[in-house]
Amino acid sequence: MIIGTVLAGFLCLGLCGLLFNRSPLIHRAVYTGCLVLTSVLVGDGLWHIVQSGQEAIPSMVLPFGLPWLKAHFRLDSLSAFFLVAINFPSALASLFGIGYGGHVPEPKRVTPLFPVFLFAMNGVLISDDAFVFLVSWEVMSLSSWLLVLSDHTNPEARRAAMVYLVMAVFGTFCLLSAFGLLAGPTGAYGFVTMRNAHLSPLAGALVVLLALLGTGSKAGLVPLHAWLPLAHPAAPSHVSALMSGVMTKVAIYGLIRILYDLRSDVGWEWGFVMMVLGAVAAALGVLYALMQRDLKTLLAYSTVENVGIIFIALGLALAFRDHGEIALSALSLVAALYHVVNHALFKSLLFLGSGAILQATGERNLDKLGGLLNRMPITGFTFLIGACAISALPPLNGFVSEWLVFQSLFKGPTVAHWAMRFGVPVVGVAMALAAAFAATCFVRAFGIVFLGRPRSKQAEAAVEVPYSMQIAMAIPAVLCLCLGVFPVMVTSGIATVVEPLVHVVLPAAVLGWPWLSPVSLTAGSYSATMVLLTGAGLMITTLLVVHHFGNRAIRRAPIWDCGHREEIVNSQYSADSFAQPLRRVFGSVVFRAREQVEMPPPGEMSPARFSLSMSDPIWNGLYLGIVRVIDAIADRVNLLQFQTVRRYLLMMFLTLVLLLLVVAVRQQ
Amino acid sequence: MMAFLFGIFHTWLVLVAAPLITGIVRLTKARLQGRQGASPLQPYRDLWRLLQKESVIAETASWLFRIAPYLVFVAVWLAATIMPTFTTDMILTPAADLIALVALLGTARFFTALAGLDAGTAFGGLGSSREMFVASIGEPAMLMVIFSLSLLTHTTSPANMIAYVLSGHIGIEVSAGLALASMVMVAIAENGRIPIDNPTTHLELTMIHEAMVLEYSGRHLALLEAAAMVRLLLFMTIISSLFFPWGIAFVDAGPGEVLLGLLAWFAKVSVLAMVLGFCESLVAKMRVFQIADFLGGALLLALLATIFLYVSEAV
Repeated sequence: MIIGTVLAGFLCLGLCGLLFNRSPLIHRAVYTGCLVLTSVLVGDGLWHIVQSGQEAIPSMVLPFGLPWLKAHFRLDSLSAFFLVAINFPSALASLFGIGYGGHVPEPKRVTPLFPVFLFAMNGVLISDDAFVFLVSWEVMSLSSWLLVLSDHTNPEARRAAMVYLVMAVFGTFCLLSAFGLLAGPTGAYGFVTMRNAHLSPLAGALVVLLALLGTGSKAGLVPLHAWLPLAHPAAPSHVSALMSGVMTKVAIYGLIRILYDLRSDVGWEWGFVMMVLGAVAAALGVLYALMQRDLKTLLAYSTVENVGIIFIALGLALAFRDHGEIALSALSLVAALYHVVNHALFKSLLFLGSGAILQATGERNLDKLGGLLNRMPITGFTFLIGACAISALPPLNGFVSEWLVFQSLFKGPTVAHWAMRFGVPVVGVAMALAAAFAATCFVRAFGIVFLGRPRSKQAEAAVEVPYSMQIAMAIPAVLCLCLGVFPVMVTSGIATVVEPLVHVVLPAAVLGWPWLSPVSLTAGSYSATMVLLTGAGLMITTLLVVHHFGNRAIRRAPIWDCGHREEIVNSQYSADSFAQPLRRVFGSVVFRAREQVEMPPPGEMSPARFSLSMSDPIWNGLYLGIVRVIDAIADRVNLLQFQTVRRYLLMMFLTLVLLLLVVAVRQQ
Repeated sequence: MMAFLFGIFHTWLVLVAAPLITGIVRLTKARLQGRQGASPLQPYRDLWRLLQKESVIAETASWLFRIAPYLVFVAVWLAATIMPTFTTDMILTPAADLIALVALLGTARFFTALAGLDAGTAFGGLGSSREMFVASIGEPAMLMVIFSLSLLTHTTSPANMIAYVLSGHIGIEVSAGLALASMVMVAIAENGRIPIDNPTTHLELTMIHEAMVLEYSGRHLALLEAAAMVRLLLFMTIISSLFFPWGIAFVDAGPGEVLLGLLAWFAKVSVLAMVLGFCESLVAKMRVFQIADFLGGALLLALLATIFLYVSEAV
């Protein structure tokens, strides 16, 4: 009931945004409204998670839509969990929007759509039939498409929106077909009947494949990710935070709903496929991220990596479930959902940070920034926390979920099948590489943007952003620490969410405070609280010793740099030079990275030139390949366009005869 | 109660012993080069001298430059307190496993690399970029070593691993041998030893670690140097305790066994220090882009170690 009211509230806000778009106050008003409504949803979701198991699952039927199709809604613990995971970052983005929403390129095109986008995402979560699910999904796609297109004078944004629209249509088509198969010939579109549907093995496999394609294209799974690094950065930063931190999670929710709830007999082979796809996405995504010069594109590619990590854990959960390792399956699901929460938090934080940088300097290009930590201390500090969390450094939250994923991955070979036994170590290598690359990627991102000397006038003149934006970044930073230091509270919460899906409560060892020991007490444990306390103790000792016995004087002096007095700012390492070693080793194979240096002949005074070329293998190989095929077919079919009326009539007649023949044959 | 006392003792033991081990490596190298060499106690004097000097900080540096040495030192020290040396009976052993240990070392590296970029110099950036490059392949290799060891011993906790090996459940394993080879290669890279990096070089184009900390001086440099020494000792302890755990005392051990554990640990790391000094005298530093081949080899060896487990099981 509360949720229904809130969703109606989102629509009203959208309408207000549209009607009163001349008023200068409307941006603040709409975003404040969104902040209130999303906060209500967070509270409601938390309340339902706490109450889960004690009360009946609330559900509702409303007479929306076509007269004979009623709309079903339901809020089980999985929906409630995602309600929290999605609305919390949305609340932060709304808070950020209060200060930021009026400064984006076309605010009138953004403000009315923002609440509609939130409305649609929440609609997906509480739907209990395919009809509501798909309509909400489509509204979500279209509203975010319009948000990407908001800066419509920018040709890059237009291109991004075009690619996004094609991929969104493809994804919805796949989901529509998947639900069609699940509903069967009777058209039972409610989730209740789908749970008990008996499908042929072929239809069952098709459902899984289509669900993977449909949700994977929205989540940004390689190779369906091509739209993501174009579209996410094109939108205003607080919308980018929603698209990257939140909308990908709606896709993950859809996948979990179909594969773990509606279908309960998905084979381990699909788990294996998901795991391998996840590993490819994780390793490739972060490798792409490492090569980017645009801060927001870098963050978008890093989303691909994190979605990959979530897919690895989800795939493991399927494989374990099919082999009867229910406890391990629950562990992997907990790991996946933990990472969902974490990624939603730190990715929103980082995108909001990029928005703050954009507002302060007008720059997204890493090589035009630098030295911002002294100029924007709060943004810098919160961005640093986000960068540490996403690089999985203890004691922050990113480490806990990656630790859980590693623990379940290390148990992967328990499944006695050669594919898992040889596949899991390889997936482990990919995941370990992704984790290490992520740290490199964010040392580069933070180091080039916030440290060193400013590389442009704009960066030198940057000032800190307004308080509302600072608070919107400080809250997730604090939570990144809390979720990292008290992981057991989170895992016990998630365990109740996972319970209805795998029908098992995780053993007490997982939940015993303050140790996180998922498999058994001896198999490995981690206590963030103890690590933090000991670290604090050692830090105090170090400070006392150094300050008591050491010299406390500090002198400020010009840079030493081995005696080179470097006045030129460009002598610093740039984003491209930082990535050079990894680009040479990995990029020369994956991206065909080529470096060319043109030195002037001796004695000539002209400058040397350095040029770098890279190509995207997936875009050039897969997408342009498909485009070429479609173009070739279109050329052939083009003949049909220039015929006489007589011929068109003949074609219609022949088609009719052919169809009648088919009907006749089938009836025999 | 004993676990608590051992934990405290162990924490200080690794800190106090670390400069001595570095001194032994330096002395071994000096003798092999035909020099008299400084006393193995020289690193203590070096640290003390640095501590007494004022710290000079670049005008362009931010506050991160000042806190980074403390964070780096504490992260490495914390990692060292997790890894058992002479006994498995320590209060902190369940608090973190080997994955957390890798992550703590990663934290130290993260902040060293950021500090390298902070002043805005060409050398600092060069060091940070190369350090992260080396770690990008070295850290996965170490995680895969842990993966293969955890498959062998069914745990990721170092104390339980040691207990499992000492209880005689595993004989001589091909996988363990491959994992050891990989671990040694990673240890060389992570500590910036020859042939990956040269800790004594100041030849500009070959520096990795030294380039990052070039702007540091005084107490900050002392902390970073101490962190490097503790890290070297930590890696020697990892190799000696996981692969050659004999002599380590268990829970409820008597004073004799604990003393034996202490002596055995010290003997093992001293021998490793001399072996390191010997090997460093034999080889030359390799080109930067050959490091990828070296560490890629380590990564593949570790992967083979996991896969061999099942191959040997199937045969």
